[in-house]
Order: sequence, then C-alpha cells, then structure tokens
Amino acid sequence: MLKQIEGSKAVADAVAACRPQVICAYPISPQTHIVEGLSVLVKNGTLENCEFINVESEFAAMSVAIGASATGARTYTATASQGLLYMVEAVYNASGFGLPIVMTVANRAIGAPINIWNDHSDSMSQRDSGWLQLYAETNQEAADLHVQAFKIAEELSLPVMVCMDGFILTHAYERVDVPEQSHVDRFLPAYIPRQTLDPVNPVSIGAMVGPETFTEVKYMAHMKNRLALDVIPKVAADFQKAFGRSSGGLVRGYKLEGAQTVVIALGSVLGTIKDVVDEMVAAEIKIGVLGIIAFRPFPTQAVRKALAHAKRVIVLEKAFQVGIGGIVIENIRHALRGTGVKDYTVIAGLGGRPITKDSLRNFFNAACSDQVDELTFLDLDQALAESEILREAVK
Amino acid sequence: MSTTPIKFYQVGSFAIGNRLLPAQDRAIQSDPNRTNALTSGHRACQGCGEALGARYALDAAMRATNEKIIVVNATGCLEVFSTPYPESSWRLAWLHSLFGNAPAVATGVAAALKAQAKNDIRVIGQGGDGATVDIGFGALSGMFERNDDVLYICYDNEAYMNTGVQRSGATPPAARTATTQAVGTNPGNLFGQGKNLPRIAMAHEIPYVATATVADLRDLEAKVTRAMSFRGARYIHVLVPCPLGWGSESCDTIKIARLATQSGLFPVFEAESGEVTSSTSIRKIVSVEEYLKLQTRYAHLFSPTRRDDVIDHLQAIADKNIARYNLISEGSAHL
Repeated sequence: MLKQIEGSKAVADAVAACRPQVICAYPISPQTHIVEGLSVLVKNGTLENCEFINVESEFAAMSVAIGASATGARTYTATASQGLLYMVEAVYNASGFGLPIVMTVANRAIGAPINIWNDHSDSMSQRDSGWLQLYAETNQEAADLHVQAFKIAEELSLPVMVCMDGFILTHAYERVDVPEQSHVDRFLPAYIPRQTLDPVNPVSIGAMVGPETFTEVKYMAHMKNRLALDVIPKVAADFQKAFGRSSGGLVRGYKLEGAQTVVIALGSVLGTIKDVVDEMVAAEIKIGVLGIIAFRPFPTQAVRKALAHAKRVIVLEKAFQVGIGGIVIENIRHALRGTGVKDYTVIAGLGGRPITKDSLRNFFNAACSDQVDELTFLDLDQALAESEILREAVK
Repeated sequence: MSTTPIKFYQVGSFAIGNRLLPAQDRAIQSDPNRTNALTSGHRACQGCGEALGARYALDAAMRATNEKIIVVNATGCLEVFSTPYPESSWRLAWLHSLFGNAPAVATGVAAALKAQAKNDIRVIGQGGDGATVDIGFGALSGMFERNDDVLYICYDNEAYMNTGVQRSGATPPAARTATTQAVGTNPGNLFGQGKNLPRIAMAHEIPYVATATVADLRDLEAKVTRAMSFRGARYIHVLVPCPLGWGSESCDTIKIARLATQSGLFPVFEAESGEVTSSTSIRKIVSVEEYLKLQTRYAHLFSPTRRDDVIDHLQAIADKNIARYNLISEGSAHL
C-alpha cells in the first residue's frame, strides 16, 4: 500500500510483515525508530507470536538473536555505528553458526570523534564477517530488501545485513509502497531451520575446532557465501513477479550504454549521482552509473560484465581504509584485473557531510579528462587540515 | 604393578543415596536410569569439581523437566573439555556461543521457545566464574532484570582456569594466581570487597537464588530441582574446587569444598525474591587455616614466614559470613 511514510517506519512495517518470532532491541541513533515502530506493532497485536526483548547492549542483542535463531525462531535486530562495533564478536559468531538472522544497519560514522551522522564506516568494517550485505538506494528498496533478506537468509542459512543510510533514508518521509501482509505471506514461506536445539533430538552446537579441520570449515563458509551470488538475483526476480516492482539484485546499471566513464557507488548517494549524470549525458558526456546492491558476497562477474565497455571508473565511497585508501575500489579492481581500466577513488560524505551536485559535477568533469588524483577526499578543507598537521609537527 | 584397593563405600559424602530410602528421596545420581547428561570420556582433569557439579546439576534438571532442557554454555573449561570437535560429552541439546554472552543467548533460546509455545522446554545457562562475574556480568544482570525464564548456574572455581589460572572477580583475597603472584609484601590477590554474585543476584529480587558446593551433592540436586519449580530468572552459585588452580590433591576436591563451608568462607543458603529463606548450618566448625593449608595457592601464608595478619583477615571474612547467614546452630560443634 502506498504511504507517505518515514523510512524507518516503512522498514518496521516490512519487517513485521515477515512475521519474525524474536526481535531484540537496543537504542542507537539513527536506527532507533525502526525498533520503536516494531515495539508498537508487537504490543498492539499487529505482529503476533513475537517476543520483543529490550536488551541491555548490542552485544546482548546479537547474542539473544543467536540463541533465538538456533532454537528455530525467525529473528531480527537492528543497529548502527558504535552499536555494530560493540556486537562484533557475536556478529562473527552468528555467521560462523550459519544462523539466518536479518539485521538492519542504519549506516552511521564511527568515533572518535563521535559523530551520529551518515557514512558507511560501520557496515564496511564488517565486510569480512561472513554476513551477506545488501545496500538500499531508496526507502522503497530498503523496505523491499528486508522482505528479500529473510528469504535469502533462510534459503542459504546465512545472516544478512540490510544497510540503509542513517538519517538520509531512515528519517526521510517519502512515498513507499509498503509490502502488504498477504503478498509477503505468499512470497516468504514459514522458516524451516536446518538445525535446531531440540531436547528430543539433541545436538551439540559450538564445539571447539582445531587446526586439523578449521581451514575446511572456513573454506566451506566461503563457498556457501558465494552461493548467494545465485540466490540474490533469483530472489529479486521472484520479488518482481510477486510485487510488480524491481528491487534488489546484485548490481544496477544506469545509462551504461556507450558510457566511457562509469561512476560506482552504494546506497542513497546514487540518487544524487544519477541527477548529475543525467545533466552530463544531456551535455553529451559519455558517463553512466553502476550501483552495487550486494557488497558481500562481492559480485565480481556481474561488475566485470557491467563495466565491459568502460574506459575509466570513478568509485565514490563513504568509508575508507586508513593508511591505504578506498575499500570498494579494491573490490572493483579485483573485478577489473587485467582490463587496463583507469580508476579514481573519491571519499565523500564522511560523518554526514552533504554530497552536493556541484561538487560531484566538478569532480566527474575533471575525472572524465583524467585531471584528478588517484585518491580524492571530496570538499576537503585542505588549508585547514594542512595547518593543523603543521601545528602538530611544530610541537 | 600396584593394585587399587576397591572401595565399597564412598566415605565422607552424602552423594550416593541410601537404597533403603523411598525412591523419591534417593540421590538422582543413584538412579540407574538417570540421564547421564555429561557423559564419561571428556577431558577434564582428575578431581575436577566443575565436571562433577555440572553432571549432578544437569541430571537433576533433566529429571525435574522430564528431560526437556536446552543448555547454553559459556566459553571455559567446561566447554573446552566437553566438546573437542568431533566429540561431545553432552547428551542433551547444547549450545556454546561466546565467553561473555551465555545469559543473553539463553534469553534468546527462552524467547524462541515462548514464541513457538514450547513452554514445556526449559533453559539453563552455565559458565565458570570468569564468564559469570566478569565478562558476562552485564548480560547476566540484564537477564535477571528482565526476569527471563532461565536458570543460570555458575561453577565457581575462583579464577580463569582454562587460560592458566589468572585472577577473576571471584578470586578470594590472598590467593595466588598467575596474575596475582605470591611476591612482594602483600603476596597473592589483593583484599577488596570481592564480587559476591549471589548477593548481587538477590538484589535483582529474582524468584530464586541459591549457593551449593560439590561437598553436598544431594543439596545441589535438591536446589536445582527446586529452581526448576520456579518460572523466571534463577541463579545457583556452586563452589567447585580446581586441583590445578588451587594447588590441591585431586582426591581432596570434596574435602576442600567441605572445609570451605565448615570454615564459613563459603556460606550455603537459599533466597527467594531477594530475601534469605534458609541456610545450611555448619555441623563441625573449623578454622580457615584448615581450609587454606591444603592449597598451594595459599602456601605463602605459611612459609617462609607465617602471615597471621592475613590468616586473621580471612578468618574475619568467614566469621562475618557465619553471623550474616546464621551458620551456627545448637548442633554445631567446634573442632
């Protein structure tokens, strides 16, 4: 049903329509409105047979989720930023056990300095955790991806992070076709766990594995994660059939035909990028866009195929690896190895700094004539940073 | 080759039930049809108090629930010695997640059971003192505060034994550990308040709190059975001597646990909704020295220089417990 609705509320409604049986909640901005919305839906009886647990930390949130999922319950939680980092030990544990937990990450910067606004430092830090990661471009896609996430997670028995930009999406009111209960019920079958804690058929879960078998266990986890490269597009196609709109999948190209330069990004910034690219294409510049929806597993082949005719790529990232540079770019280079495609990395939007059309237009134009450095921090106050560096050096 | 003399009676323990008693009064372990929740062949040390306590506690819980329990285990000796892949000593549904999250994982199990209307299946969380009083303390307090339907059992051997005997928040004053060495003018662990988890549990006003030791296994069985008659958060704190960490003889595990209670250093009691409802009075009162001298972790109190000041300090702690929990009754005898 079409609604003028806050992104967080749309996600809460979509999650509730998936009938989770256990939800654990701990407040952290900008995620909090999602679990607030769910707490109402559980308490007023809209979401039946669901235990809503107010836990004492994010570490407990993921731990409760582990216990619940291992006992055969469809399980959901949400977090952001410091909260995601606080639960990291349990995040790895959940994927190690292959528990199909779905978690929203309302993307937010990591301190110090403390900062509550959006970038991708939090979820990017968990790219090697064994979770699948899906990034929403719009609130419509955020709502839809949650419905798909439960199906993907349960089909593979792997946990899924749905990442949506904090504030930019979570707090934005816009028109969303919220997935309806009857449609979701048809799309998402009841959860049948692969293995569950059951006194009648007791199993030991969580044994200590030594050097003689650990490599094999990790290799199997890698291969299982890669299976998602087939499952994610299949579920997106099923979703389109069931709901009549396209959402999700591995990657999404925009005006790629004839594009010599391709801008690559994840999440809501793709909207601004497309606006700028529209103007540049109108001015007969050969530029297109590639949005990455599935970042883990990384869709190497799909990216390589989408960039088959590109001469250069611009990777716009909302996080970076301190001491090296971009994160997404490393993955893109992996997909493009041997092709000789030029690449430029632009780090933008850190800690919620607005990414404006003007800044993007200037950068893209310069990059199209190879007039930019390999690594750029967009709109950096170079003078301020250098004067501070100098002052530190003098001390 | 020397032969081991056969013992027909277990001396100094009330663990094995008198076959003349009515069946319902006999020890659960004496039942030939008991569940054997933690079966033999695991890799615990000789004389391990934790393995003994866990077996008695869980078999009692199995009987009390008609064998319908799920157990969540914290990382630690109990986890490591019972489940080296591909082996497992557990003959029940068992999950080990992490060191600091067993109470929260148990909450999740209980929530999933409730959501699926499987109210006949009960949940037990368990861990050592490090997992309970230190790294998992926040999760345990959260589980208590929400009154989640979980029995949590702490097997307290008073240090981090699995990693090589380092100090925990439950290590007693003056005890030598790998991180509180017997050197300097104040050898061993510092004197402080200690972290008294049973009293902290009581402060949450949860339905049931109890302490027990492996010296009185009938009492442990009875308390686990009683705990399973309540719904909501419950806590049992079991003193389990560790021969390796305490520097005691493997054959003295039961004896040392008994001396801990007889000296008053470890009070055995029950509490409901925050109030003490009963305590086990000491039958034969002993000085703390009787307890300390069997353990090399206290050897520095006796040589090269005898430290009466420290021994007196420990005696004062025992005396305070005796007064607080009313551990001396008319039948108590001083040795």
